[in-house]
Amino acid sequence: MNKKLTLATLWLDGCSGCHMSLVDVDERLIDVAGIYDIVFSPLVDVKEFPENVDVTLLEGAISTDEDVEMVKRVRKSTKTLIAFGDCAVTANVPSMRNQFKVEDVFKRGYLETTPGNDIIPSVNIPKLLEKAYPVHNFVHVDVFLHGCPPSADNIFYTLVEIAEGRTPELSKRARFG
Amino acid sequence: MSSSVKIKTLTIDERQVGAREDQTILDVARENGIKIPTLCSLKGLSAYGGCRMCIVEIAGTPKLLPSCMTTVEEGMVVTTNSDRIKKYRRSLLELYFSERNHVCSVCATNGYCELQSMAQEVEMTHVHFPYMYPQLDIDATHERFILDHNRCISCTRCVRVCDEIEGAHTLDIKDRGIDIRVITDLDHPWGESETCTQCGKCVHVCPTGALIERGKSVGEMSKRKQLLPYLTKMREAHE
Ligand code: SF4
Ligand code: SF4
Ligand code: SF4
Ligand code: FES
Repeated sequence: MNKKLTLATLWLDGCSGCHMSLVDVDERLIDVAGIYDIVFSPLVDVKEFPENVDVTLLEGAISTDEDVEMVKRVRKSTKTLIAFGDCAVTANVPSMRNQFKVEDVFKRGYLETTPGNDIIPSVNIPKLLEKAYPVHNFVHVDVFLHGCPPSADNIFYTLVEIAEGRTPELSKRARFG
Repeated sequence: MSSSVKIKTLTIDERQVGAREDQTILDVARENGIKIPTLCSLKGLSAYGGCRMCIVEIAGTPKLLPSCMTTVEEGMVVTTNSDRIKKYRRSLLELYFSERNHVCSVCATNGYCELQSMAQEVEMTHVHFPYMYPQLDIDATHERFILDHNRCISCTRCVRVCDEIEGAHTLDIKDRGIDIRVITDLDHPWGESETCTQCGKCVHVCPTGALIERGKSVGEMSKRKQLLPYLTKMREAHE
């Protein structure tokens, strides 16, 4: 049998819904485990993003200074980077704040909607960027797997195609939203 | 049809087709089962030629022409789906997505939207252009309908149906280019309109989530696509 590929998965500014959909691959996860070793993921206990990852599923938009560092790190160590889901591909729901200034978003989130609170936290948390951005604003993306969330079928199809050395054809299979 | 109407012969995608001299390339293509993507064109309304999705190549002409506005000519050789056309259509669609705020997953027309399905049709997987994120209003003053400028693609179907079919002319367009907006009456809130008959035709011809019924939540606003063909048929029957 061929040597297994390594797979990393992570989420930045996303809701984890895409990862839920990954789990929805169900019994086919056994097939996935037959072709991939999961080396980094919220589902496994590894702290540092490893070197030389074959495939990374990256969920979520890029919204903070830490996200920017992470996505660059991930890009450097990944052969095939997949923008995983609408937030990664278009910035989707996180981008709904983009019509407003960051100060106003904070005011709305911490003060106006929380009666009695007059503190906007500022220490030990990542700094919000002016806007939430799609992943490809910062780094080259190899595969765009859209959908909110992408269907389990499309996730499985994508992982298998890449493992077989083919380019997944998602434009007609996947749909935004 | 008067007997003086001449018949022309042309080629569309390597197929010989016959057409009346007053027909557009789009009409003839549709009659012959050749699918050309469209957003602003709607059978039963006047042609507008604004969305440019229906562009085709005509041999001997360097420019791409909108098939909904171009009448047939004898011997024309038309291509509807070359790589060049596909590329332009995809870029055009990407511009639509980048110019306003489209978040399909929280949109009332998620799953029923023509812009959303067009993305699939023209194989758009992401947007290459930077998004503009304009701050746009939602007019929720009407008791039955909502106009959400975030989702509008300025196709003017609503304006045309309101004028040409309903005869109310409540809706109109102001400004041009990126500032273009659908307005109601003289740019007053829709809810204050004295001309709107509340017929709902605009909502049902709108291809996107820009015009929806009140109270419709995410993915609940399907459009009655048969409304306009039905009205047009009834009209023709009376003429
Ligand atoms: S109008 Fe269509 S394309 Fe725009 S957000 Fe709604 S479903 Fe998506
Ligand atoms: S509801 Fe009818 S009359 Fe009112 S704006 Fe729409 S099409 Fe025009
Ligand atoms: S509101 Fe709908 S029908 Fe009217 S111009 Fe905008 S997208 Fe077209
Ligand atoms: S359908 Fe021809 S320009 Fe819109």
